[in-house]
Amino acid sequence: MNFELTEERQMLQDSLRRFLRDRYDVPTRNAILESESGMSLDIWNQLAELGVLGALFTEEDGGFGGKGFDIAVVFEELGRAGVVEPILETCILGGGLIAALGNETQRDLLESIIGGETRLALAHSEPRARYDLNRVETRCEGGKLNGHKTMSLGAPNADHIIISARESGAVDDKEGISLFLVPVSDLELRSTPMMGGGMAADIWLENVVVTDEMRLGPVGSALPYLETVYAAAITANCAQTLGAMETATRLTTEYLQTRKQFGRPIGTLQALAHRLADMFVELEQARSAVIGVAGYLEADPKLRDKHASMAKNLMGRIGRLIGEESIQMHGGIAMTQEYELAHIAKRIIMADHLFGDVDYHLERFIAMSAA
Amino acid sequence: MDLSYTDEERAFQAEVRTFLAEKLPKAMSEKVRLGSGLTKEDLEEWHSILDARGWLAQNWPSEFGGAEWDAVQRHIFEEEASLANAPRIVPFGLAMLAPVLQKFGSKEQCDRWLPRILDGSDWWCQGYSEPGAGSDLASLKTRAVREGDHYIVNGQKTWTTLGQYANMIFCLVRTNTEVKNQEGISFLLIDMDTPGIEVRPIILLDGTHEVNEVWFTDVKVPVENLVGEEDKGWTYAKYLLTHERANIAGVGSSNAGLEAVKRMAKAEMSGGKPLSENPHFAARVAQVEIDLMAMSLSNLRIISKAAKGGAPGLEASMLKISGTVIRQEINDLARRAAGMYALPFASEAVEGSNQPELGPEHSRPVAEQYFNNRKISIFGGSNEVQREIIAKTTLGRMQ
Repeated sequence: MNFELTEERQMLQDSLRRFLRDRYDVPTRNAILESESGMSLDIWNQLAELGVLGALFTEEDGGFGGKGFDIAVVFEELGRAGVVEPILETCILGGGLIAALGNETQRDLLESIIGGETRLALAHSEPRARYDLNRVETRCEGGKLNGHKTMSLGAPNADHIIISARESGAVDDKEGISLFLVPVSDLELRSTPMMGGGMAADIWLENVVVTDEMRLGPVGSALPYLETVYAAAITANCAQTLGAMETATRLTTEYLQTRKQFGRPIGTLQALAHRLADMFVELEQARSAVIGVAGYLEADPKLRDKHASMAKNLMGRIGRLIGEESIQMHGGIAMTQEYELAHIAKRIIMADHLFGDVDYHLERFIAMSAA
Repeated sequence: MDLSYTDEERAFQAEVRTFLAEKLPKAMSEKVRLGSGLTKEDLEEWHSILDARGWLAQNWPSEFGGAEWDAVQRHIFEEEASLANAPRIVPFGLAMLAPVLQKFGSKEQCDRWLPRILDGSDWWCQGYSEPGAGSDLASLKTRAVREGDHYIVNGQKTWTTLGQYANMIFCLVRTNTEVKNQEGISFLLIDMDTPGIEVRPIILLDGTHEVNEVWFTDVKVPVENLVGEEDKGWTYAKYLLTHERANIAGVGSSNAGLEAVKRMAKAEMSGGKPLSENPHFAARVAQVEIDLMAMSLSNLRIISKAAKGGAPGLEASMLKISGTVIRQEINDLARRAAGMYALPFASEAVEGSNQPELGPEHSRPVAEQYFNNRKISIFGGSNEVQREIIAKTTLGRMQ
């Protein structure tokens, strides 16, 4: 057993933390949140230069990381600073699928993703699917896509969108799902900012023409690959939430030390002090959950997904506690948009709505444990 | 014991239902149902509809033109109005300031201000909290110094709800710094148009502009706007707070919220079936419903005690805690039920807010409401303050 980060990952963590502390302060982030695109190109390019995007890909895909612990290190720092740029969407979901399934031409995109020139998104979710990955009503028939994709994360700022569509089988069959890499110019997006920052879009597909060259991977067998990138996305999401929880806990600690009511710091009130202590107890649990999911990301899919579900369920539960308690112990100030905690708490809570919530992963864990 | 309403109460309930069915504008109840935000004009229209029926000043004595409803009647109205998706009645003038004027104000003040509250001429807001005086309200620092027939007011108030609509503010100000905190506070009525007053918006985390900062720089307030005696304002403030807590349990709004969650769960799909059939979600809903049933009965018990003249003390604190915890749990359920469609954010602070609204109507306000209602366990005496009251009283009785 060894719970130390490698030297390379330690360096990555240090430089990313320093960069974000200097360049991604609260006013900068609030300005990004209020901008129309919901992201900063400048920050994006600097993150690429810093090697943050490359750290999310393996050497054979042109990067220098790409393992569970690389993902965890990067996203914990992004979460700590409340970064809203679509890195998970581009590198973990989009890049992950290209790396796993792309033909030679499609794989050429990897270099420009790592270099910061190209952004991707995945359009897989559908209105009646909730968080199920196998439930796809969108059809591909005669080279045309028809269906409704919901909440495609990062789509408004993407150059290409990977769209899932069923070529055979019933709506919930495991077989029959294919992926297509479609330039965003072929699609009509209806975009929206999100509560926790970042952008998403709904996409209505009406006879969108796709060719065989646009197909990503073999016909009708995309589900296992989607499950693999979702496991990586859950790792990233959990690590990001852990980082955000660390910030929430730090801000709450500082507030309890400095805010005075009744002539003394409110942290001297035992009722509050003990609740802060509980936040720290749960934060350790969260840290272990993230180490668990990252450590099993390269394991066989059953073990991997079981850990992904355990981590996601636990992070959702702890997230609610830390998100709500940090607001409550701050009082009114935490309710204001411009105060640092507001965005952090929203990100913690809204993370539960991505890649399956607490209940979804509890059920999946029960099903996998019974099997 | 009898858990049903009396014949008179049932008749009153029917009267309220008829009134709501006939007089509550459909467009308005639709806005409330969808959580899409009411304008100042909406709130004023509802105010005047109720005034026309004589049901606006529900708790005022009849000598001031009030309906003089007892606690049970007020409860029935609140319950029915919530289920019908009626807007809330803006409480600052009607339910907060008016009882103080009626009890402690001069006849001139009652004659001058009360009719203007009823006919909507004045929109009042509350100047209590300050940046350094939240739970510890008595430490407030906004200063009022007597100069001839005026007070000169300097300082800052915060969390002023709907202050952007108000033309009048009732304020707690410090008139004496030589005595204990509670003993040097006065209760002043201030015209918001007076030179030296500046209202600055505070955007909340759900993107709404609901509260404000109000700054006072050398603001001249005529001495006839002092309510009661100088330095005795704390007594009046506490009296007002007991009125602020009268409807603290929020049973009506929790009932309406739970019904909305159940409707959502029937429409939303999970694993190819309605979410309402998902055992984990169903269990969450059932637990809240059980809690709400008990809380409604607690509320009725306390109300009927109050109707017989008993003063709720500790019980109000208990209701504040269980009422807000349950309301927040219902907001949490609605957020969960929406799934990914809880993610979109329509903020007044985000540029280009003409984005299309995505997802079913029922999902649109849920995340905003979840975050907005974090406030209910903070304001009106935080739940921690309420626990302190309960603990001190109960442990005190043990000694």
